[in-house]
Amino acid sequence: MVYPQPMALTPARRDVLVLTPWLAPIIWEGTFNIDILNEQFRLQNITVGLSVFAVKKYITFLRLFLESAEQHFMVGYRVTYYVFTDRPADVPQVGLGPGRRLAVLPVRSYPRWQDVSMRRMQMISQFLEQPSRQQMDYLVCADVDMKFQDHVGVEILTPLFGTLHPGFYTSKRDAFTYERRPQSQAYIPHDQGDFYYMGAFFGGSVAEVHRLTKACHEAMAVDRANNIEAVWHDESHLNKYLLLRKPTKVLSPEYLWDLHMLPWPSVLKKLRFVAVHKNHQEIWNR
Amino acid sequence: MFHWKLALVLGLCLPASLSLWVLWVYVENWMPVSYIPYYLPCPEILLEYLQPKLLEQRPTELLMLTPWLAPIVSEGTFNPELLQHLYQPLNLTIGVTMFAVGKYRPFVQHFLESAEEFFMRGFQVHYYIFTPKPEAVPSVPLGPGRHLSVIPTQDHSHWEEISMRRMEMISKHIAGRAHREVDYLFCLHADMTFRNPWGPETLGDMVAAIHPGYFSVLRQQFPYERRRASTAYVADNEGDFYYGGAVFGGRVANVYEFTRGCHMAILADKANGIVAAWQEESHLNRRFISHKPSKVLSPEYLWDDRKPRPPSLKLIRFSTLDKETSVLRS
Repeated sequence: MVYPQPMALTPARRDVLVLTPWLAPIIWEGTFNIDILNEQFRLQNITVGLSVFAVKKYITFLRLFLESAEQHFMVGYRVTYYVFTDRPADVPQVGLGPGRRLAVLPVRSYPRWQDVSMRRMQMISQFLEQPSRQQMDYLVCADVDMKFQDHVGVEILTPLFGTLHPGFYTSKRDAFTYERRPQSQAYIPHDQGDFYYMGAFFGGSVAEVHRLTKACHEAMAVDRANNIEAVWHDESHLNKYLLLRKPTKVLSPEYLWDLHMLPWPSVLKKLRFVAVHKNHQEIWNR
Repeated sequence: MFHWKLALVLGLCLPASLSLWVLWVYVENWMPVSYIPYYLPCPEILLEYLQPKLLEQRPTELLMLTPWLAPIVSEGTFNPELLQHLYQPLNLTIGVTMFAVGKYRPFVQHFLESAEEFFMRGFQVHYYIFTPKPEAVPSVPLGPGRHLSVIPTQDHSHWEEISMRRMEMISKHIAGRAHREVDYLFCLHADMTFRNPWGPETLGDMVAAIHPGYFSVLRQQFPYERRRASTAYVADNEGDFYYGGAVFGGRVANVYEFTRGCHMAILADKANGIVAAWQEESHLNRRFISHKPSKVLSPEYLWDDRKPRPPSLKLIRFSTLDKETSVLRS
């Protein structure tokens, strides 16, 4: 395979940090050659899971999520979508490419949207304890009110990854919306923290995602017993976990953007996975 | 009577509980994922280190990531204390192979003394000194948790012969012994010395180091083997970096596969009556094109003191001792 030579004295990106202090790559456009990575990963014959929760009215986001994933997510690889929903009959029929399948996992809903969000950790960890997890090499956990609009491929695959929250990648750590009350298991003091990760896109190997979701679920149970709920729910606990157990790759905000809240900055050459506008009054608690 | 029955009951309980304990220990260690219920309750891990700066203009610096997302390690790319804290609880043993054969024997003392000062401080280390004259290996005091084993070899008269046999000897040594003793293994040249810290930033599945003579050179000018007849052949439009044969390493199982692969390629060449231009270094480079390293060390980790140090290399950690290469090869 022919490709341009990497030059040791010519960084691919001079405007952004591409390596964390613990030597995990930070993935931006330009840092990777997808042809080399595809050649490496195809040899491994991998299966990638993509989990998504479509509870109550959020089921309306599924069609666009799945159709856009068919266009952009791990194209050419074996993919299994795991749709966790309380309305299995309403899961849309979406044409899937070869090697790609969809599994519907019926789950209960919760009255409060905060609980719907937080219980995902429990549901994913329990799901990963079943034999079906043996079929997967990697699991990616995503929010459903999103769509793929550019390439999201094997460059993200690694034992454990988190994604930079688009609202905080320029912020100082004391402005991160970590949980700041010491009574919570998710507590992070003001002088600590690497990045603020968003709960909408994380993943890794099955073993590591299981460890993460189980730890977050158990931490939230402790908080519940102590009558405290972290300020950003499962996202607060995700951030605490990734502070203590550093991810092996970090995805730039190319992998999580919201054009309704933030203009497209020059530092992002691509917007790969973006929020779909939702009318909150219509969606919450219905 | 009463005491006899009591003694019998106790006599039965003891082995029963012992076997239950053994079973518990076995199950604990067999579980593929050990579960930490909540978060790691270890405050030492949380250091007050500076927040990483995501958006920063970097005018002159080295490439930090290869196109296949392997980190390129150099001073400033990592936080040494943070990495030390992340790796130390894993209780790893790092092996080092070093060949003190022929005229390279005098370098052992210097190598070991500098390694004791700079190489993997705070870790368990096992040096393997391959030499035909075990009695001539100097006695160098080693720190706690650090061991040395002498591996007797045949005495080869030609420098090239030594070079070609290294891959074979390393792979055999791993299969026979090292796989049980170390987690990671580095294969280093003897005629070098450590000058600055070499730590867990270098650990990875498969690690290569950029040759100091070629890091700013176009791939067509790399001294790859260019004869198609050799298994080490590299075409003009192939190649990422020119890696140095003096430093490579990784997880011990991967180093086994790597050295075995190189050895097979060397044997194939030998059967065809051809010796690659830079012996094992040519084969190492060929193999690293098709089996790319997961981590690359900048020339800080493999320097030639005869070269002037460019500003992009801030801290030379491992470099040549002053000697004339031609003298050693004759």
